[in-house]
Amino acid sequence: MSSHYEAPIREPLVLGEKSYHDISVDVGAPVLGKANKSWWIVFTIALVAFLWGLGCIIYTISTGIGVWGLNKTIGWAWDITNFVWWVGIGHAGTLISAVLLLFRQKWRMAVNRSAEAMTIFAVVQAGLFPIIHMGRPWLAYWVLPIPNQFGSLWVNFNSPLLWDVFAISTYLSVSLVFWWTGLLPDFAMIRDRTTSPFQKKMYGILSFGWSGRVKDWQRFEEVSLVLAGLATPLVLSVHTIVSFDFATSVVPGWHSTIFPPYFVAGAIFSGFAMVQTLLIIMRKVSNLESYITVLHIEYMNKVILLTGGIVTVAYLTEYFIGWYSGVPYENYTYLSFGAATGPYWWAFWALIICNLIVPLSLWVKSLRRNIMWTFFVALVINIGMWFERFDIIVVDLSKDRLTSSWTMFQPTFVDIGTFIGTIGFFFVLFLLYARTFPVIAQAEVKTILKSSGESFKRLRAEHGDDHSHVQTVEEYPADAGPAANVEDKHFNSAFDSTDEETKNNEVDFEAHRGKIDNLLSGVGTFDPAVQEQDDLKKINGVGPVMEQKLHQLGIFTFEQVSRMTDREYDLLDEIISEFPGKAKREDWAGQALILKNNN
Amino acid sequence: MASKKIHAIYTDDDLLLHAVKETRAANYHISEVFTPFPVHGLDHAVGIAPTRIAITSFIYGLIGLGVAVVMMNYMMIQDWPQNIGGKPSFTYYQNMPAFIPIMFELTVFFAAHLMVVTFYMRSKIWPFKKAENPDVRTTDDHFLMEIDVENHDVEKLTKFLYDTGASEISLIENEQDH
Repeated sequence: MSSHYEAPIREPLVLGEKSYHDISVDVGAPVLGKANKSWWIVFTIALVAFLWGLGCIIYTISTGIGVWGLNKTIGWAWDITNFVWWVGIGHAGTLISAVLLLFRQKWRMAVNRSAEAMTIFAVVQAGLFPIIHMGRPWLAYWVLPIPNQFGSLWVNFNSPLLWDVFAISTYLSVSLVFWWTGLLPDFAMIRDRTTSPFQKKMYGILSFGWSGRVKDWQRFEEVSLVLAGLATPLVLSVHTIVSFDFATSVVPGWHSTIFPPYFVAGAIFSGFAMVQTLLIIMRKVSNLESYITVLHIEYMNKVILLTGGIVTVAYLTEYFIGWYSGVPYENYTYLSFGAATGPYWWAFWALIICNLIVPLSLWVKSLRRNIMWTFFVALVINIGMWFERFDIIVVDLSKDRLTSSWTMFQPTFVDIGTFIGTIGFFFVLFLLYARTFPVIAQAEVKTILKSSGESFKRLRAEHGDDHSHVQTVEEYPADAGPAANVEDKHFNSAFDSTDEETKNNEVDFEAHRGKIDNLLSGVGTFDPAVQEQDDLKKINGVGPVMEQKLHQLGIFTFEQVSRMTDREYDLLDEIISEFPGKAKREDWAGQALILKNNN
Repeated sequence: MASKKIHAIYTDDDLLLHAVKETRAANYHISEVFTPFPVHGLDHAVGIAPTRIAITSFIYGLIGLGVAVVMMNYMMIQDWPQNIGGKPSFTYYQNMPAFIPIMFELTVFFAAHLMVVTFYMRSKIWPFKKAENPDVRTTDDHFLMEIDVENHDVEKLTKFLYDTGASEISLIENEQDH
């Protein structure tokens, strides 16, 4: 149907011969399977870092803020640096899911779920710092405009710090409902695919009983669109307001009118770098290379180039204005000759090299599409953006108007431990998410499969744009639900194959005698006297027809299937020629192993 | 009274869309369609009215804006006016530039959250709600169309559905809708 048309010059967003069912299987696999060793190793490291950070936080709160390296000149340092860094990282998720939705960018669908998860987890880390910095976090509710015991003293609505409270809590909660609403159909998919009663119950609760009615979908799409429209100005407002924390002050280097747009661009810049860092690993670990492709990475690199360019212009402007103003105090702001040659020269140059010079390499197409290089650049940008905030806060404060109070900042182990702890906490949350949540918005990816899937693009290239896109599916039986129970009706479906079909289905024994023996010697034989046969249709990709064929070959149990290796797969393909490579592609042996262990 | 329904399952969205159009043209009544993802144009083909949820969001946004104005006017101007940084709080409009960020945030807060709550209530989805899709495969890759039998001939209806490309057709007898 021509409604699926997409310009052939566009590269496919879904690689390989995928059907709707394949998408469900691929997205469900990390949730329904077991965690591998590397996941446990990384999780343990993250957990240890988190616990260390938790110890530092408890130490800070029980002893006092004096355990940090702050002094009377530098009253904000790592805490606010980390706060701004994490909030900035939390900007990419909403940009991908909201702004790109408004621009109808289809590539966002494979990455929005994880980017939003990253946003939420990053904002959680960010929120920790102001609360710890209060010194008495149990009084954190004082930032809310509630009647209190001090007469009618209210919070100060003129203060950017209070605007932060409203902006960040609105941002966190709106991102959360946006994320969760999008998750409902995908939780429902997991709920309906899992065989474990516990998972079925849990995902039943998480999915809010999502059923996928046509009216629900209509509202779902409208809600997504309106939320995107609301979240777009929201995401811009959040970092604008964070920049007001500095811009409304009178400290040289902070008192700058370009802060709002420059902070927003910097936030998106660092957020995309973090998305790249996480997704490049996740697509590999969770086998999602068909969905998060090199094209997606290139698109994100282009956003990094754009926002990095804006940040660069802002740096140059700040540097120029600092010199052009002729004000001596401006010569010690974080972007000035004084900073470049002063005691914080290393922080200055870290900023310039990481954020300005290294990302320029992404102008080269081959580097932009190089996964290893992208990963490296993303890490460098993450470091550089931390230094940007460090420079703005610490370098600007270190040389204020009174020469006698000039000093430097020395972090203590508590400063460092708390920061590392939040990184650990972030990864703990993200790793748990990657194992329990559908990490790709599979329902949305299914909507673009026919327009942007590789196989459908090939179909149109070979047969013309008006060729039918209808997919024929090899049936697999439902565990529950209605069967074809209309009496005396025998429609041609795989569920009630007639004798005639069975005949066509027969394996040519004589021609393959040697190969069948060879195959059975690899996987072992089935003895009906002592063994029980398994329902091979539980293996994804094995339908009733295929099961029949396997039975004819003498394969009846998961154990037999699980012993299959490349040699057996090849033999199977030679004997049953209809589905070449299918068994290997869908990893029947791996699936059978899981099913066998579950039995 | 027992009402009879037919569940017809399709394995492709194009096939379903086509079948929906044919079923409606043949004057059968489609009572529900379950799909694993939003099929473009299906709501129009089934003939359901456009959703008004965006309008509710606009109204909620106005309420949020109103709440912000009333709250800050009471707290900063009426109840305890202060001179902060040489900027006295005499009237709301003079101080408004400082109030705009929170007016904006609360507008978004109300518009987003109340709209989502409205969506959940209207579509009857919430934690511990039981899923109502009649076949588990409808969240994966199957598309289910539910047709009221009414006084039609079941035989003819199933034959008709079979011709539209349904891969499974089943007759459902409801005891009674509660």
